[in-house]
Amino acid sequence: MIRFEQVSKTYPGGFQALKKVTFELPPGELAFLTGHSGAGKSTLLRLVALMERPSLGRVLINGHDLNKIKSRQIPYLRRDIGMIFQDHRLLMDKTVFDNVALPLYIEGFTQSEAKKRVQAALDKVGLRGHERKYPIMLSGGEQQRVGIARAIVNKPPLLLADEPTGNLDPKLSLEIMQLFESFHQVGVSVLIATHDLALVARMRHRNLVLKDGFMIDDGLAGSQFDPLGEELPSWD
Amino acid sequence: MGLISSGSSKKSSGARSVKISFWRRLVMFFVTNLQQGIGSLGELSRTPWASLMTIAVLGLSLTLPATLYVVVKNAQSATGEWDQAAEISLFLRKDLQTQEIQSFRERVRLMNEVETVNLIDREAGLREFRESSGFGSALDYLQSNPLPDVLVVVPVPEYRSSERAQRLLGVLEQEREVDSARLDLQWLQRLQAIVNVVENSLAALAILLSLAVVLIVGNTIRLAILNRRDEIMIMKLVGATNAYIQRPFLYTGFWYGVIGGVIAWISTTLMVWWISASVAQLTALYDSSFRLAGLDFSEMMVLWLVAIVLGLLGSWIAVRRHVAAIEPT
Ligand SMILES: Nc1ncnc2c1ncn2[C@@H]1O[C@H](COP(=O)(O)OP(=O)(O)OP(=O)(O)O)[C@@H](O)[C@H]1O
Ligand SMILES: [Mg+2]
Repeated sequence: MIRFEQVSKTYPGGFQALKKVTFELPPGELAFLTGHSGAGKSTLLRLVALMERPSLGRVLINGHDLNKIKSRQIPYLRRDIGMIFQDHRLLMDKTVFDNVALPLYIEGFTQSEAKKRVQAALDKVGLRGHERKYPIMLSGGEQQRVGIARAIVNKPPLLLADEPTGNLDPKLSLEIMQLFESFHQVGVSVLIATHDLALVARMRHRNLVLKDGFMIDDGLAGSQFDPLGEELPSWD
Repeated sequence: MGLISSGSSKKSSGARSVKISFWRRLVMFFVTNLQQGIGSLGELSRTPWASLMTIAVLGLSLTLPATLYVVVKNAQSATGEWDQAAEISLFLRKDLQTQEIQSFRERVRLMNEVETVNLIDREAGLREFRESSGFGSALDYLQSNPLPDVLVVVPVPEYRSSERAQRLLGVLEQEREVDSARLDLQWLQRLQAIVNVVENSLAALAILLSLAVVLIVGNTIRLAILNRRDEIMIMKLVGATNAYIQRPFLYTGFWYGVIGGVIAWISTTLMVWWISASVAQLTALYDSSFRLAGLDFSEMMVLWLVAIVLGLLGSWIAVRRHVAAIEPT
């Protein structure tokens, strides 16, 4: 599903956020992406979503080289990627319903056609009955879940999540992670960047570890990128 | 539809149950267009002052060329009529016998350059003057008729151009029977020249004002786009195409044109009404029944169309430049 080949990303100003990162995520797999703050997790996800272009190397999604994607095609690619952001990215002057329905509206659904899917998505994240509210009336964790509902509402084959549990209590975090797991079980590929190492350990899925822009562990057993050979990576 | 699902394995495309037939998509396209079109009317109420001012500028800017157009149109139809009436008046000497007058009239009538000849004898002239001038019985105090016999000569069409009519005038003036002769053409030429000047400047003015309207609409739409920068970023992140994001702004420009066009109608009608009051005064002096004709139906439609096209053009320029430039970060 996702393939990085010797990818480096240098931001304007010269900061190198990713250094020769190589890994592959097969279709239908769920993997975590961990690493210290500033390690390059968000940068890696942004490369997949075509919000940034790699400075060197290639990123491939389903065999499509993203360097060769024309800007005209980017919207269609993004429709197949459900993205969950560190900072929610909700439309503050639209209701919860309209926020979640946005990807459907963009694909041409009318409000009444979108209704069932939106309700199903809100159900899944435990926000049934909040349709008419505005994001400002919700807690940080609830806003986060609205963002998750929006990402899954059109059932994309690939989910990218950047700190999806950052604002949630441990119980809710686990529920959300189990939700991602359920998508993974129906064949959706999921890549989750997170700081919550305890949760990662508990979930027993592949874990990719970034450190200072290097991928020091690609989560495969016996991998050459696993120099420390620890069950849990430590980066302090 | 998506890049991933189209080229992906069975498993991952199965995760995507959005499957929509062509006809359904077509119908949905129009439904969303309608929704966005009406939705953008709501946009106008979101920024009522900016919208109102832009609409007013659009409408009032079109009023000036539209009013000038009405004036030119009326002047042209008026001078057109007068052009047909290009005629030479020959004032005959008062000491001629009736027979001399008759033979002179016959001679003129037989000239190649002349189409018709009409003799207004002095008695008839006095009668007419008495009736139309309002001096009435005051004229009775005159001891003798002060008016000369007048021969009104209408040249054949080829001799109605000012230069040729002038030459004909010169020939007729030489006749023994003629006291003086007059060709009422110079003022007509001057009027026509003025109309031409107004007409030419009308085109330049219309182009300049249209340009201004496009820039002003474009600037208002540009500000609306920048105001919603974050929203546009989010929409792009969840897969909105530029076309989808642009549409509401194009509709906003469209509505600016629709409403601005109506404002242009109203203010043009008011202007024409105002001008026609003074024109009526003027034409009353000349005992003419001339009336100022306003915009007719097709001209109003053209004015409306121009307003809408300008609104669309302004918003189109703005969205082309600014929607594509917003990249999600
Ligand atoms: N737009 C940018 N311009 C310049 N430098 C940037 C930009 N975005 C990120 N960086 C830098 O790149 C490095 C990696 O950033 P990134 O956001 O990928 O880290 P992260 O692993 O997501 O951290 P966190 O866990 O805090 O979210 C950081 O040091 C950051 O300062
Ligand atoms: Mg981050």
